[in-house]
Amino acid sequence: MARNVNFALDYPLMETGLESPVDEDGVHDLFNQLIAEQSQNGKLSEAYELQQLQRDLEEEEEEEDRDRVTYLSGPRQDLRERRRQREADQQDDNATDSLMSERWSSATMKILSSMPSRTIGRSRGAIISQYYNRTMQLRRHRQSRPSIKDLSRSARPSIRGYGMETDSADTDAAEVTKTQYLVNNLQNLSLSDRIRMLRAMPLSVAAKSELRSLALKKVKRPHPGSQIPCCSRLKYYIIIAFRQSWYSWLSFLHSLQLWQVALKRVSGRFGTGVLSYFLFLKTLLFFNVFLFVVTGAFLVLPQAVHPPALSDERRPFSGLELLTGAGYFSDTVMYYGYYSNYTLRQHCTDDGDGQKLSVSNGTSVECVLRHLSYNMPLAYFFTIGFAFFITCIILVYSMSKSFGQSFRIDKSHSILAMKVFCSWDFKVIKKTSVKLMSENICTQLKELLAEVNHKHVMITSCQKLLKVMVYSLAWAICIAGTTACALSIYFFSQYMHQNLQERSQSPLKAQNPLLNEASLLALPMLVSVINLLLPGLFNLAAWMEDYQSPSVCTYVAIGRNLMLKVSILGVLCYHWLGRVAADFNGIMCWESFVGQELYRFLLIDFIFTLLDTLLGELLWRLFSQKVLKRRRKPVFDIARNVLDLIYGQTLAWLGVLFTPLLPAVQILKLLLLFYIKKSSVMMNCQSPRKPYRVSQMTTIFITLLCFPSFIGASVCVTYTMWSITPSSSCGPFRGLKTMFQAGKLWVQELEKDNPKLSILARAHAYLVENPFFLFVGAGIFLIVIYFHSQVVDGQRKIISLLQEQIENEGDDKKFLITRLQSIHEQKRTPARRLTSQDSSC
Amino acid sequence: MGTTASQLGKDLLSEYQELTFLTKQEILLAHKRFTELLSKEEKDLPNTRVSMERILSLPELKSNPFRERICHVFSTSAHQDGSLTFEDFLDLLSAFSDSATLEIKSHYAFRIFDFDDDGTLDCGDLEKLVNCLTGETDDTRLGPEEMRQLINNILEESDIDKDGTVNLSEFQHVISRSPDFVR
Repeated sequence: MARNVNFALDYPLMETGLESPVDEDGVHDLFNQLIAEQSQNGKLSEAYELQQLQRDLEEEEEEEDRDRVTYLSGPRQDLRERRRQREADQQDDNATDSLMSERWSSATMKILSSMPSRTIGRSRGAIISQYYNRTMQLRRHRQSRPSIKDLSRSARPSIRGYGMETDSADTDAAEVTKTQYLVNNLQNLSLSDRIRMLRAMPLSVAAKSELRSLALKKVKRPHPGSQIPCCSRLKYYIIIAFRQSWYSWLSFLHSLQLWQVALKRVSGRFGTGVLSYFLFLKTLLFFNVFLFVVTGAFLVLPQAVHPPALSDERRPFSGLELLTGAGYFSDTVMYYGYYSNYTLRQHCTDDGDGQKLSVSNGTSVECVLRHLSYNMPLAYFFTIGFAFFITCIILVYSMSKSFGQSFRIDKSHSILAMKVFCSWDFKVIKKTSVKLMSENICTQLKELLAEVNHKHVMITSCQKLLKVMVYSLAWAICIAGTTACALSIYFFSQYMHQNLQERSQSPLKAQNPLLNEASLLALPMLVSVINLLLPGLFNLAAWMEDYQSPSVCTYVAIGRNLMLKVSILGVLCYHWLGRVAADFNGIMCWESFVGQELYRFLLIDFIFTLLDTLLGELLWRLFSQKVLKRRRKPVFDIARNVLDLIYGQTLAWLGVLFTPLLPAVQILKLLLLFYIKKSSVMMNCQSPRKPYRVSQMTTIFITLLCFPSFIGASVCVTYTMWSITPSSSCGPFRGLKTMFQAGKLWVQELEKDNPKLSILARAHAYLVENPFFLFVGAGIFLIVIYFHSQVVDGQRKIISLLQEQIENEGDDKKFLITRLQSIHEQKRTPARRLTSQDSSC
Repeated sequence: MGTTASQLGKDLLSEYQELTFLTKQEILLAHKRFTELLSKEEKDLPNTRVSMERILSLPELKSNPFRERICHVFSTSAHQDGSLTFEDFLDLLSAFSDSATLEIKSHYAFRIFDFDDDGTLDCGDLEKLVNCLTGETDDTRLGPEEMRQLINNILEESDIDKDGTVNLSEFQHVISRSPDFVR
């Protein structure tokens, strides 16, 4: 047996005289040890799952003369007969064709069945060896160099750094088994590593608790001459206390999980596809909660505590305000116009009637009692910027994590194998859903088989031309529909804008205020109607096109819906930031008006979603069941619903600048939407029939949330802050040229007050306003991306090389087994010839 | 170790928390569900084994086509009858929980799919697997020709060393490339 002697590391196993050298990955180790075990004691190996097989084989061995075929226990017999019939003609040639051919002797079968590749997941001994090697590697990674004074003088310098020869001093060399080595390693790991290793072992809980108790029992004796200093003991206690509190905090958090029971019921009936919609809703809810907390704490609360002097009289509250957001609400803390443009200060004199504020811009009043001051414009500017920045970071992080999970280097092969192994959704527990899932899987398998095996269905060029014509017609219809809707919104908004301008110029008495307010709802209603009807048109077009592959169909549908929503939002942004901001400047508070518009849009969108859920799902189900007499309920269209959620979130992000309380409205909307959609789905829908690749879809949705939605909203907000003149009569930025100037003014003031901070001002001027750094940053990103793509390419090449290597090893294995078999047969045939000769004579 | 007394001891609870992927609430809930399956006399005995039929009456397992294999895989009984103790039950829940590592899940999935327990997925195992997936009724099952084709394709795609079977490493290789192995 060849020895691989490693000079680099001094393994304790080699000192105890085991025959097989321990290798890094432990596979060869297992093989040698297993064969050694079997030959040494002749009894069964620790693979107790294989005991039945072994016993059968040994019984066969006693009945000597049936070497050709091994009849194993009952249920496999008919399968083998079937296979034998199939391979009857192949028996003569290629004996190396498959290792499951029955011509092996029982000894060969015994070796085959205890091969490491077959026992690596099964036998306890194999698992323990595997984890011994892993813990060894982990220890090596975690090991820090022990100080020289801790080691005995006789230790060789070259291995002093590893510190693992200290193990052999503690353990009794004679009785060491694999388990004890593993326990030894476990002791030397840190607590969290040990817990992680124990959890990841695929053993039963009973076995693991045994290992754990052994690991905890042995106390590692301290090195002679080294004391544990008291500060490290204190550190130890602190770490333990921290860990306990961390575990209890985690359990508490877990118990707080929102909607856990509801989500489980949904996933139990519909599977992971529909569940992903509700999880996405939950994610959006958390984003909005974060926004609300930030704006609430820094903007709403200070301003609510220090209300500004009201100029006009407050309009009375009528019920229409909840819909239009105007009227009574327009002079509240909800909108931009309410916020003061000066520094808020606490009252310093002790007059009883509350806050007397200094109205001048920035001149400080000496306060005897309190010095709390709060610069509102600056706070507004920085809060919005900070909220967007943090949201951006969170989004990019979750997008990259999701992308990393769903992207694989080698995607082209093994579609069928993946489908068979991975498509069963164990979360589904309802019987009818299970049946439905089975039917779905059957259909998908048949389709995939057809696709894989008959790759090229020959279609004539005439049919191809027809197909191309149909596709282009469908796309033309969709694009035409989208353009028509965008234009209609453009002109209608222009009409409403002119109407509003005329009305603001004509005398107040001649108007009906309620009608005016109600007419503001016209534009949101038009947009929501378009959002509702046009996807139906897209579905019709898709039905006409009749795509072969369902994933292409989904992508096309998403693309068309996205196109529609992006164009609608683009037109609306132009309307608000281009027309309203320009024309209404000076007449009224355009930012509050835009904020009110966004509030209306959000609300009407919610109402229409409600109507769509009622009409679309409930009534359609009743209709299709009673009138059309169909057995199946309508399908829950995940993609369209998620896109609706993204659209709503974009509106919320656009509106935060103008309406700091808009995240609160969005939170309420999402909460209500969750319960409504959940009850509707449970009552009216069934899970989608087409295969739904959950993680890919989730990645796409998070990407869509980040790229068109968030980036678009932040571009609009940045444009507003950078270039548009704020209105001069209201808001925290009145009188300034742009909102951004607030920051600049503050920096200038700082510089004036404290000349040492001029460095900050200069840094700000260079970094923020100089485009050179932008180019440098972009260049660095591009270089990093290039390096990563080269790494991925290299890994692909290595994968293909390794696959070749494994195939060659498989050939080697087959060769060795057949040689073994032939040698075994040669040994037996002389014996048989002798006995037959004896009997014949 | 292990007890099915009406209350789990605190140190036992923390031990289970360390050894499995379940949280404290999940372990307590599992304990509650498990003790509901026991009869009155059995509740006081430590370390009771519950027979497979009673485990299969749980709603989560009732309609699962792999239910019997699941019980066999997680059972530590000497008779190989699929009966589970409470610790086996915790093992089951831990392997199917959301925080279990991919390796644990693929390991147990492989064992569940290995119908004849020989350590590899050969043609018989794959055939039984596909039949379980596609359901009980005849019109959802694949025909014999399609089945043969499917199995050939699967072996072609996933059997790297070309020995006619899919062993654990090859199975884990396929699983690691599929992002949808969520369970």
